[in-house]
Amino acid sequence: MTNLLELNQLSKAFGAVRVSDGLSFALAGGEALGVIGPNGAGKTSMFNLITGTLDADSGDILYAGKSVISLSAAARAKSGMARSFQVPQPFTAMTVFENTLVAATAAAGLSIRDANGHCLQVLDQIGMMDKANDPAGSLTLLERKRLELARALAAKPKLLLLDEIAGGLTEHECRDLVATIRSLRQTGITIIWIEHIVHALLAVVDRLLVLDFGQKIADGDPTAVMADGQVRQIYMGIDADA
Amino acid sequence: MTEATTYRVIQSTPSSQMAALAALALLVILVAAPWWAGRGDMRLLSEIFLYLSLAVLWNLLAGYAGLVSVGQQAFVGFGGYGLFALAMFLGLHPLLAVPLVGVAAALIAIPIAFLIFRLSGAYFAIGTWVIAEVFRLSFAQVSSLGGGSGTSLPIAIVKSMAGSRALRDSISYWAALAMIVLVLAVVYLWLRSRHGISLTAIRDNELAARSLGIDVWWTKFWVYLVAAALTASVGALLFLQKLRISPDAAFNVNDWTAYVIFIVVIGGIGTMEGPLIGTLVFFLLRGFFADLGTVYLMVLGAVAIVVILKAPRGIWGYIHDRYGLTLFPVSRRVVKFDSSHKNENPS
Ligand SMILES: Nc1ncnc2c1ncn2[C@@H]1O[C@H](COP(=O)(O)OP(=O)(O)OP(=O)(O)O)[C@@H](O)[C@H]1O
Ligand SMILES: [Mg+2]
Repeated sequence: MTNLLELNQLSKAFGAVRVSDGLSFALAGGEALGVIGPNGAGKTSMFNLITGTLDADSGDILYAGKSVISLSAAARAKSGMARSFQVPQPFTAMTVFENTLVAATAAAGLSIRDANGHCLQVLDQIGMMDKANDPAGSLTLLERKRLELARALAAKPKLLLLDEIAGGLTEHECRDLVATIRSLRQTGITIIWIEHIVHALLAVVDRLLVLDFGQKIADGDPTAVMADGQVRQIYMGIDADA
Repeated sequence: MTEATTYRVIQSTPSSQMAALAALALLVILVAAPWWAGRGDMRLLSEIFLYLSLAVLWNLLAGYAGLVSVGQQAFVGFGGYGLFALAMFLGLHPLLAVPLVGVAAALIAIPIAFLIFRLSGAYFAIGTWVIAEVFRLSFAQVSSLGGGSGTSLPIAIVKSMAGSRALRDSISYWAALAMIVLVLAVVYLWLRSRHGISLTAIRDNELAARSLGIDVWWTKFWVYLVAAALTASVGALLFLQKLRISPDAAFNVNDWTAYVIFIVVIGGIGTMEGPLIGTLVFFLLRGFFADLGTVYLMVLGAVAIVVILKAPRGIWGYIHDRYGLTLFPVSRRVVKFDSSHKNENPS
């Protein structure tokens, strides 16, 4: 079996702060990995390293069997990585639809014609059609987060990286989101999902990774990981069954 | 059938369709100017066309690609000198020199881009200005082009363009008109293409643009090259009208950059329509106040301050937000088609 993504001894430090400390793991195609860890554990930094917006100090990243460590963020995006930003990064003066169009033309490489159709489909799926013509700058924070997901999907990713997209949602909206991501899995997309709302995560992923101080604390079956003593210690206060 | 299949994407709006018709009518009237306008009017119109061209190009650079250059006079002057040199030394027809200096400027812009793209923000701006100064000092050394005091285009070359003065005036007017049509067409079609979508994305958020597969460096590089080429061609026409060139006039930072920035900023940076409005305002102000010397510059400064405070996105930004008008539809709208195929807006 070939792995879609492989991190080998990936390290990165900002001064004394180690955001990634010899991090290694592999992800098979079609797998869904949940990532949890305290604030500042290095979860977002891991996404920045994988997608190339942050350069690693050492270690390697293999994507579809090839090292991508020296590729630009743009090149990695073109090869099928798409991410949502924890702090939304919309193209503020462009409409919601145009935001997705950027992803479909640049990352997925679709013609404008094909991209139009694809983006309409994505907006429909994500439930943002009524906002299609609104400038992204006029959206609320929750809508901006939803746009992050829509834009990542418009990129037709093989590897989808989601960074805290469930925060602030109502119970009902959260269920819809879980259903959407589950349906994505049917299409064979590989997913890494960073989320503090652990019950949403557990409804989707088949594996859980715990980070702390840039290090892998636990990695494996979600139930077993959540039962782990060290994890429970870090996670006091976060209710796994909520 | 899913709901999505009943939606369509359109680019034109009623106001943009009206604008297209009006633009076509205006173009016909402008082409016929030699039959209805006087010599002075045609000179003024030519100058407006060429200034508008510079503004549209600077807006592409700064407003879209984030390349805030204060050194575009390097290419204006290069174009002007290039035309004089090609006409005087190689005996080329001046109008043939116009596209040639464009190509030459694009070639020269390649190493310049590699050099100054290492700088960002204010350092980039200063870098472009330094390059322009290097151009000015270099051309001042060329004694066959008059050195520091400059030179005039020999009468024989001027006459070779056309027998009569009236026809020469018409030709140089038409060349300026053709230039602005070309510049607007290039920029407009670019912004509507997939490259334009990428460019607009870079304008709004570089980090997100990179993460969605846009090669920011190369996109900016192409913008810089095309802007350099077209700016040089505009410069060639500007000095073909003046018939005289000197380093100080050719590489003048006030004439070819400060005024142009004024035009774009008050009109509305990062929009297609902004430079149009800005150019109209600039020439109106100049018409009223230019005789007043320094007071004129103070008026320009006051207008710039008022517009920036009252309408940070320029006059066009204000109009667009208030009335939703669009003249150049580079934006795309999603509209819903009901079963009877009548369209309505979803929002
Ligand atoms: N560009 C940077 N420069 C300096 N320090 C940084 C930078 N980016 C992140 N850090 C620091 O690195 C640490 C890890 O940040 P990161 O955003 O990866 O954490 P996280 O696990 O995503 O946290 P959260 O759950 O709050 O989102 C934090 O202490 C943060 O302040
Ligand atoms: Mg984070």
